[in-house]
Formats: sequence, C-alpha cells, structure tokens
Amino acid sequence: MTRYLRYLVPLAIFFVLVAFLYRGLSLDPKRVPSPLVGKPMPEFSLPRLQDPAATLSDTDLKGKVSILNIWATWCVSCRAEHEVLLLLAKTDKVDIYGLNYKDERAKAKQWLLQLGDPYVANAFDADGRTGINWGVYGAPETFIMDRQGIIRHKHIGPLTVDALNNEILPLIANLQATP
Amino acid sequence: MTPELGNFALILSLCLSLVLATFPLIGSINNTPGWVALAKPAAWGQFFFVSISFAALVSAFISNDFSVLYVAQNGNTQLPLIYKISAVWGAHEGSLLLWALILSGWTVAVALFSRALPPEIVARVLAVMGMVSIGFLSFLLFTSNPFDRVFPVPLEGGDLNPLLQDFGLAVHPPMLYMGYVGLSVAFSFALAALIGGKLDAAWARWSRPWTLVAWVFLTLGIVLGSWWAYYELGWGGWWFWDPVENASFMPWLVATALIHSLAVTEKRGAFKRWTVLLALLAFSLSLLGTFLVRSGVLTSVHSFAADPARGLFILVFLCIVIGGSLTVYAWRAPEVTSGGKFDLLCRETLLLGNNLLLVVITAFILLGTLAPLIYDAMGWGKISVGFPWFTTMFVIFTPFLIIIMGLGPLARWKKQDPGDLARQLRIALLLSLAAGVLLALPIFHEGNIWGGLAVMLSVWLLSSLVLSLRQRWRYRKGITGILKDIGSRGSGSYYGMVIAHLGVAVFIIGVTFVTQFDVEQDIRMSPGQTVELAGHTFRFDGARAIQGPNYRADQGTIRVFNKDGKEVAILSPEKRTYLVQTRPMTEAGIDPGFTRDIYVSLGETLGNGDWSLRLYFKPLVRWIWLGGILMGIGGLLAASDRRYRMAMARKTVPARAAAKRLAAEGGS
Repeated sequence: MTRYLRYLVPLAIFFVLVAFLYRGLSLDPKRVPSPLVGKPMPEFSLPRLQDPAATLSDTDLKGKVSILNIWATWCVSCRAEHEVLLLLAKTDKVDIYGLNYKDERAKAKQWLLQLGDPYVANAFDADGRTGINWGVYGAPETFIMDRQGIIRHKHIGPLTVDALNNEILPLIANLQATP
Repeated sequence: MTPELGNFALILSLCLSLVLATFPLIGSINNTPGWVALAKPAAWGQFFFVSISFAALVSAFISNDFSVLYVAQNGNTQLPLIYKISAVWGAHEGSLLLWALILSGWTVAVALFSRALPPEIVARVLAVMGMVSIGFLSFLLFTSNPFDRVFPVPLEGGDLNPLLQDFGLAVHPPMLYMGYVGLSVAFSFALAALIGGKLDAAWARWSRPWTLVAWVFLTLGIVLGSWWAYYELGWGGWWFWDPVENASFMPWLVATALIHSLAVTEKRGAFKRWTVLLALLAFSLSLLGTFLVRSGVLTSVHSFAADPARGLFILVFLCIVIGGSLTVYAWRAPEVTSGGKFDLLCRETLLLGNNLLLVVITAFILLGTLAPLIYDAMGWGKISVGFPWFTTMFVIFTPFLIIIMGLGPLARWKKQDPGDLARQLRIALLLSLAAGVLLALPIFHEGNIWGGLAVMLSVWLLSSLVLSLRQRWRYRKGITGILKDIGSRGSGSYYGMVIAHLGVAVFIIGVTFVTQFDVEQDIRMSPGQTVELAGHTFRFDGARAIQGPNYRADQGTIRVFNKDGKEVAILSPEKRTYLVQTRPMTEAGIDPGFTRDIYVSLGETLGNGDWSLRLYFKPLVRWIWLGGILMGIGGLLAASDRRYRMAMARKTVPARAAAKRLAAEGGS
C-alpha cells in the first residue's frame, strides 16, 4: 500500500496549491497597507495654494476627523476622482484638505475655479518633499486621520463612489463617534 | 462580417478539438482503426479553423474595425502597422487566441512529423493535446471572446499599451508561448505513454526533440523579455523576480531537468517515473503561469486585466488537466519497471543530482512567488518577497549545480571510478581555484569574493568542457575522426551540450560582473555640464522636443568621452508621451559593447534646461543574453541530432539494441 501512496504525493501537493489559489481569487493583492497607517501623520508646514503668505500645517488638521487628498493638475485620475470629492464635500461630514503635489500654482487655481473646490484648504507642495514624507507613490492618494491626527486609512488611486459608500463614509462615521 | 467569420471558425475548431480528444483515444484503447485514423484530419482541421479565426482578428486590427470591442480597446488608427499586428496579442483575449493558435500548430506538427510512430500512440498524443485545446478554446469562447462587438462604435481606439509598442516586446510573447505550449507535446507524450502503460526508451527518444525545441523557444523567449526590460524600463535591470517572470522561469527550470532526465531514460532506461513526472510538471507549471498572469491573484507588472470569473475558469481547468494527469500518474506509475542498475558515482547519479537541484530551486521560486498569497490566505498579514530572498537562494544552490555540471560530461554511465574522475579533473580544479582566488583577493584591484566565486565556477565549467572535448578527440583519434564524427548519430547531442553549457558559464560571468562591478549615478545636469563615471566623461548637451509617429518626446543628447578625450558614443535617451494613453515612457540611450554597456536614461525636467539623469556603466552585461542565446543554439543542435531523424524514418528501434549501440560508442 505504501508503495502506491508515494505516487499520490504530487497530487496531494497540487490540491493544497489549488486550495490556496482558490482562496486567492477572492483576495485583493493590491490592498497594500501603508506603513503610515496607525501612526501620527508626518509633520509639515507649507504655503497655502490660494494665499502663499499663509501656511497650512499638520496642526490645522488635528482635533477633528480630517482627510488629506493628494492631487495635481497633471494627474488624469485626479480629474476623474474630483467629482467624488465634490460629492464627499457636499455631505458636510468631514473637512477635506488638499496637498497640491508637484504642481504649478496658476494651473491649480484655475483647476479649482473650473471644476469646483471641495477643499477646506490646500497646501502647495511644489518640490514634492512633503509628499515624500507621506509616502506618496503617485497622485491621487487619500489619507483619513482621526481626532488625534493618527492616520487611519490610506486609499491609493482615484476615489470611487463605491469606495466612498463602502469604506470612507462608514470609517468617518466611526471615527466621529469615538472621542 | 469578418469578426463573425472568426467567431464561427473558433466554434468549429472547438467542435473539432472535441472530436480529436475523444474518438482517437477510445479507438486506440478498443482497437478501432477507423477512430484512430480520425486523429490527424481532426488536428489539421482544428489548426485550419483557429488560423482563420486568428487571421480575422489580425484583419480587424489592420482595418481599424473598432466595432470589435477588443480592437477598440487595444487598437488605434495611428499605430504603425507592425504594432497593429502585435496588438493582436497585446491584451488578454488576443493573447489567448495566439496561445490557441500555437497549440493547434504544435498539434499539427506532431501529426506531421510522427509518421514513423505507431498510429495508436500518435492518436493518444494528439487526443491529449486536443483535450488541452478544448480547455483553451472554451475559455476563449465562454469568457474571453475577442470578437465581441461594441455599440455605439467608437471613432478611435484606446491604443496599445505604450510599453508594448516596441519590437522586442512584439516578438517576446509569441516566442514564450511557443515554449510554454511546446511543453504540452512532452506532456502529451508522457500521458499517452502512461495510459498505454509503455514507458520505454522509445518513448524517451520520441519526446526528446520536441522537448528540446520547446525548451529552446522558452529560453529565447525569456532572454528577449529580459533584454526588453533592460532597455525599455529605464533603470538598467534585466530580471525582477516578478511573479510573471517566475512563472516563465519555473517551467524553464523543470524543462531543463526534463531534457537531462530524458537522456538518462533514453540511454539507460533509468528514472522513468521521475522523467514522466517532470514531463507532467513542466507543462503544469506553464499552465499555472497562465493562471497567475490572468487571474489577478498576485500583483505584477505583467498582469492582464483581472477578472475573478476567468480566474475560476482557469482554476477548474488546472484541476482537470494537472489533477487528472497526476491521478493517471499515481495510478500507473507503480507498475512501471525500474531501469538498469548503477553505482553511487556515475553519470546517472550526477544527472539525478542536478535534476533534484533544479526541482528544489523551482520549489523555492514557487514558494517565494506564492508567499504573498499564502500569507494573505492564512491571515498572517501581507508580505512581499523580493530580490534578496530569490538572490540568496540562487547563490546557495547554483554553485552545486555548476560543480555537478563540470563532473557530469566526463563521468561514465553506470560505474565511475572516483580516483579516475579526480585525475581527469585535477587541472580543471587547479585552474578554477587559481582564477577564483586571483579575483577574490586584492591583487590587481580591490578584491571581490562574489566575483571570485563566479569566475571560479565558470572556469571550472569551461575547463571541464575542454577536458571533455579532449577526451572525445582521443576516442575519435584526432581531427579526421572528429570531422567524420560531425553529423553522425549522437554528435549533435554532444556538441549541443557543450555549447549550452558554455552558455551557462558565460551567463554566470555576465550576471556576476554586472551585479558586482556596475557603477551608477543619479545626477542633475545642466546643458554643457560634464561628469566622470567609471573612467568616462559624460557631457550633457541638453534636451529637445521631437515628434514620433504617435508620440511626443523629449530627447536628450549625451556625449561620452574616454580617458584620452576621444568620443566613444553619442547617446539619445528619450522620454516619450504617447498621444492616446498619456503614460510617460523612457527609452534608454545605450552604447552596447562586448565588454561593457554605457547606459543613460532621462529622468525629469527640472527647469532651465536641467534634467535629472541616470548614468550607468555596466560591465559584461551582454554576456547574460549571449549566454542565453548560446544555450538556445546548443538546444537546437541537440534537437537536430541525426539519431532522432533516423528514429523518425525507421520504425521503433528496440531499446536494448539502442543501449548496446550507445555503450559501444563510449563516452559521448
């Protein structure tokens, strides 16, 4: 009998493999957690987009649930997600801040004038140094912070209505509920 | 109209593959010659209709028929003709059609070149290939039909991914698929032999040339992919351990083990069960690769648009093909008789050792590739297995592989006196140790341990090849004997082996030198500025805008001077933006050379005409691909051995006579 069993070994290994592959079909490998999630947001202090004399810093975002959205006019997906941001702003549930990443001031102002402005305020990160501290791979990316300024969620790529309804809004409601 | 024709032809070919998979197989078991005779016409018919279908898709691309969804997504009126054709396999549906075309092509090739084989064996082989074909054709028709229409018809297509608009990548997938699918022949021969219960030397001899040719295609396909990545991705890398690269490398490793194991089975009648298992595994791993690329279970730069429904389809298909074949193996293998006896040290055991090493390396790569998936599935969190893991594994196993490769060709079959082998190889050992130590110690320049190790291994391999050639020279009694010998039975295999092993030595030197001694610099440069790197002066002469057929680009000019101030090269790296899919693409500026490449890629514009640039000096980088090409040439030479043609021309040679003849031929 054992003589026969060893020829079943390849088949057995194969079925273990299949079990994992089957499980893999329902998992999403792209959901890479950011190392920043669960950590306090990186400090920054940048000139504001609309008013270069004033600054926007991480302290402005603290003490309430906030969102930081990284965007740029050269980013095509940012245009796609802009509608969703406007939608989110309309709900009035959370303050959305923007980090205008490696962009030109005039173009960015023009963009907000044309497409509408969902942001409470925008930081102007011309050389992208703040973006690097936030671990930005590429625009758009969206971070959600709790009242203590701890990053609770990172969304890579354009926000969608689906993501808004299923992830972002429930999370915000949750964070608002906790003191 | 043409797309409907293509679709209809695809349905017909599925019907024919159903015929091919059933009637000949049943006929071969219950001895119905009429059913057996169906195999070849069915194979031809299937090939005919898949070709029509493929031609229909090509014509849809050339005529910009955007009413076909696949063409609308991947075609464009502005595409140059060659990329309109290569766009056919630029995404999931079309590449699957190419796969089906190549599979039916291999099936026809088997039907054509196996006239000398017993008809019931050919019928079984073709039937198994027909079964694989059913899977792919129904996958195409039910989940990924490239002929689906779209309404309203868009005016312009979404364009081919700019990464794929390159000659290297236009030919890379067909090459690779020829290799992947070619392994299905060895698979089918193995399964047919298992079903018939006859695993003998004849089976091994029939499988060998097919396996070799598939292996050559796979080798060249991988080399092409690596070369493309090098000049197109802009950071000078040539291998990334990306899941999809691994998916092509694993079948290659197992196929390499298989061609060696087949040699033992053919010549000595040993390792039958092991050989047959390798034949099943090699093709199973190429199917697994298909699953990994197309199901979205792993993140990869190569992934096609992921679709869980497709993933599930392939998984079920994998279960049927791989699970089925391994079940047949578990059922039939115990009855297979063991082959001839042999000593602890002899060519058989050395080949087995190498086989095991190759399989162990494959297992580690499989584990590394699937680790993110396994971690995620077990709820242990997310990990990514990168370069260090794979590289460490390679550095651990490869030296043993090379040491055995040096011993193998000189060892005798069946029984080898250890002292005798040591005497023959002592020069090789001395030479390699000396060369290795020279490079490892800081004698001529700063020493490098890894460089020393690699040179030692390569010299060992090279000198053992020279010794083996000298031995052959003696057996054949000088140059006249060697000349007479060329073209005789067994000489193709032998010289093929020598060239392929030479390729391995060249490859190892290339890899080690480029990883240990390359110099690179990221730098911001203003027009007119110069910088020194690896004894060369690079002068940046600014960048200007140029216009391509379907892209805009910034093209930089960099002049490279050597120590004496002589101009060595003018490089023109580009940063392209394609008009439809506005993804920026880098085209590196490369001055290729046998001993080194000078490689420059353009980063970002920093204002005032300044650019960020990446400069590389890469010693012996071409040797990596040269090694691969040598392996390919060696494989072709081995596949063209007269022995196989004679086996085809005559009826089967009794295994014992073959073994006797080979014993008489001696050390080859």
